[in-house]
Amino acid sequence: MNIVIVGLNHRTASVEIRERLSVPENKMGETLHQLTSGPMIEEGLILSTCNRVEIFAVVKETEKGLDAVKQFVIESHPEILPETLESALYLYASVDALRHLYRVASSLDSMIIGEPQILGQIKDAFEYAILHKTTGLILTKAFKKAISVAKRVRTETRISESAVSISYAAVELAKKIFGRLDSKSVLLIGAGEMSELAAQHFISSGVESITIANRSYDRALELAKTFNGVPVQFEDYPAELVKADIVLCSTGASHYLIGSEEVTKAIGLRQNRPIFFIDISVPRNIDPKINELDNIFLYDIDDLQMAVSSNLRSREREALKAEEIITEEIDRFTRWFKSLEAVPMIIALRDRAESIRQTELDKVSGKMGNLNTTQKEVLEHLTASIVNKLLHKPLTVLKEEVNSRNGNMMLEATRKLFDLEGLLARSEGPKKAEEKKAS
Amino acid sequence: MSNVLFFKATLFFYFLGTAFFLVNLCRDHRRDQAASTRLSLTQKIAVFVTIAGFICHTIALGIRLKEGGYIPLSNPHEAISFFSWVIVLFFFWVEFKYHLYILGSFILPLAFLSLISASALPSDIPQINPTLINTWLGIHTILSILGIVAFTLAFVVGIMYLLQDKFLKSKQLNTLYARLPALDLLDQWNKKAILFGFPLLTLGIISGALWAQYAKGSFWGGNNSKQALALGIWFFYLLVLHGRINIGWRAKKAAHLAIIGFIGVIFIFITLA
Repeated sequence: MNIVIVGLNHRTASVEIRERLSVPENKMGETLHQLTSGPMIEEGLILSTCNRVEIFAVVKETEKGLDAVKQFVIESHPEILPETLESALYLYASVDALRHLYRVASSLDSMIIGEPQILGQIKDAFEYAILHKTTGLILTKAFKKAISVAKRVRTETRISESAVSISYAAVELAKKIFGRLDSKSVLLIGAGEMSELAAQHFISSGVESITIANRSYDRALELAKTFNGVPVQFEDYPAELVKADIVLCSTGASHYLIGSEEVTKAIGLRQNRPIFFIDISVPRNIDPKINELDNIFLYDIDDLQMAVSSNLRSREREALKAEEIITEEIDRFTRWFKSLEAVPMIIALRDRAESIRQTELDKVSGKMGNLNTTQKEVLEHLTASIVNKLLHKPLTVLKEEVNSRNGNMMLEATRKLFDLEGLLARSEGPKKAEEKKAS
Repeated sequence: MSNVLFFKATLFFYFLGTAFFLVNLCRDHRRDQAASTRLSLTQKIAVFVTIAGFICHTIALGIRLKEGGYIPLSNPHEAISFFSWVIVLFFFWVEFKYHLYILGSFILPLAFLSLISASALPSDIPQINPTLINTWLGIHTILSILGIVAFTLAFVVGIMYLLQDKFLKSKQLNTLYARLPALDLLDQWNKKAILFGFPLLTLGIISGALWAQYAKGSFWGGNNSKQALALGIWFFYLLVLHGRINIGWRAKKAAHLAIIGFIGVIFIFITLA
């Protein structure tokens, strides 16, 4: 019995392969059932995002199980050459699998470290598997743990705190100037792809209005429709400066469109309310001198890039802390996982019964005064046979069922019913048991 | 003399608090590029020490109130001490309501410095008869001090504004930048502080004049230069408010004005002492 992962991601596979393997929502149930229909795979879960497709499974035997999952992937995609597919796939088992799961959930394996979407995608995948009843004890525990590890990483490190894209960095800066953005207006000068992306970020941060000035009025009109904004003639942009709190400039012009003169005039009419200029055009379209004017803040593409790269570096440093947290959590999980094995469980159960018998026997024999050897033997025999008879059936069933589908459930139940936590921990050695208590 | 003991304990705690708040301000810039408003250990210690100091200070003031039998505001020592008590109280309010932890790094040094200067002044408890006249004096002092507290806060957020403005202009997006609030927010607080402080100062001046009327028979008597300075400050803040509301003075200019105003207020305080 083991956890395995077969999958591919943005580093191992091209988008052509990733999009073929991705499992759409409406096919999720069917795919999950196919996956778990074989004899080798006991539990299954599929994580399918635009950057990765991964199959998590609990298998009876590691090697055969990995093969079974891999075969499942290859057979479901006859349109892709098996060799191509195989070279893109990575396989993980037991501790490695667990580490991978925790790293993915904590966004350490993401294209942009610390991006927050992946945790939501993990939760969704988990819910699908629960819905289609393809998870059991182990995957449920592993995924619940992965989600809590990810939360721990997010609260204990600063991995998701800073902006790592240029347009997001611009939004963060705007927030440091204006506080809330909900009553602010944005002026786009030039309607290229970059400004569209940045505008999108500003809209999702709640800006009130967007005005678009573009050389081609049609394009301005088109963009205005998508953003629910106002298109204006390109020549009118200087007049629009008075109303704009945030100006995003990205045109193909080879000279400065905005200089000190326009800005001084605008800021006077605005009663000194600040303007944040973002110049993402190369060559630059805004005279860098305007940054010297009061209440004017100008950031060009290099300034934003600088903010982003320093943020990225700090995320990488935080990732190291996250790895430590993950290692710690893996230890905990493996201890629990080991306790699921039948042999230590049976030993622990016997120990528990024996210690109870011994204690009770001691109590009673004290009260009964001096007993002769025969009497003592009878007492011994009586108690021992009660215990043995009582344990006989549970132990036999445990041995028989441990490899069945319900085996894990049975072990977990035994552990809880007879309160074997402490005993199992002790069998792992005194040091680990102490750790367990401390945690 | 147990109030002196508590006063000294307060000084000690505020000294520690100031040290911890300042250490926290400069803490580990490289590692904390992505710094947030999250509480660090130094910050926690700083807040804890400040709470201890504030309790000692409250007890010291309480003992004075009991021994003197009047609100302890009759001499410069007591006035400055009370001022320090109010700004720390205000700091707690902001800290717990807005979680603006960085404010402590600015407020506590001020509280500490004012207490140090108070400790240099004679701190004997004067014998005063609790008459109507002195009630006016008490009201005058309380209102004036609350007004000054408001102007002090305008000064503090003014400094924070100038710092943040400098960081944004020079593109130094460091820890302090990450911890300081948004420019607009600082500007709003500056405005609010002066809007609160101005009526308090106005009422403080009126009650002072009334006291002078009762005590000396003339509302413009005794120490003329002090009254002239107070009126000067009053006109200055009136002008600032007018500029803010009607002309659109704001941002950097407003921050500078708040700092100039505060220097004027301190000047009066010193001449008063």
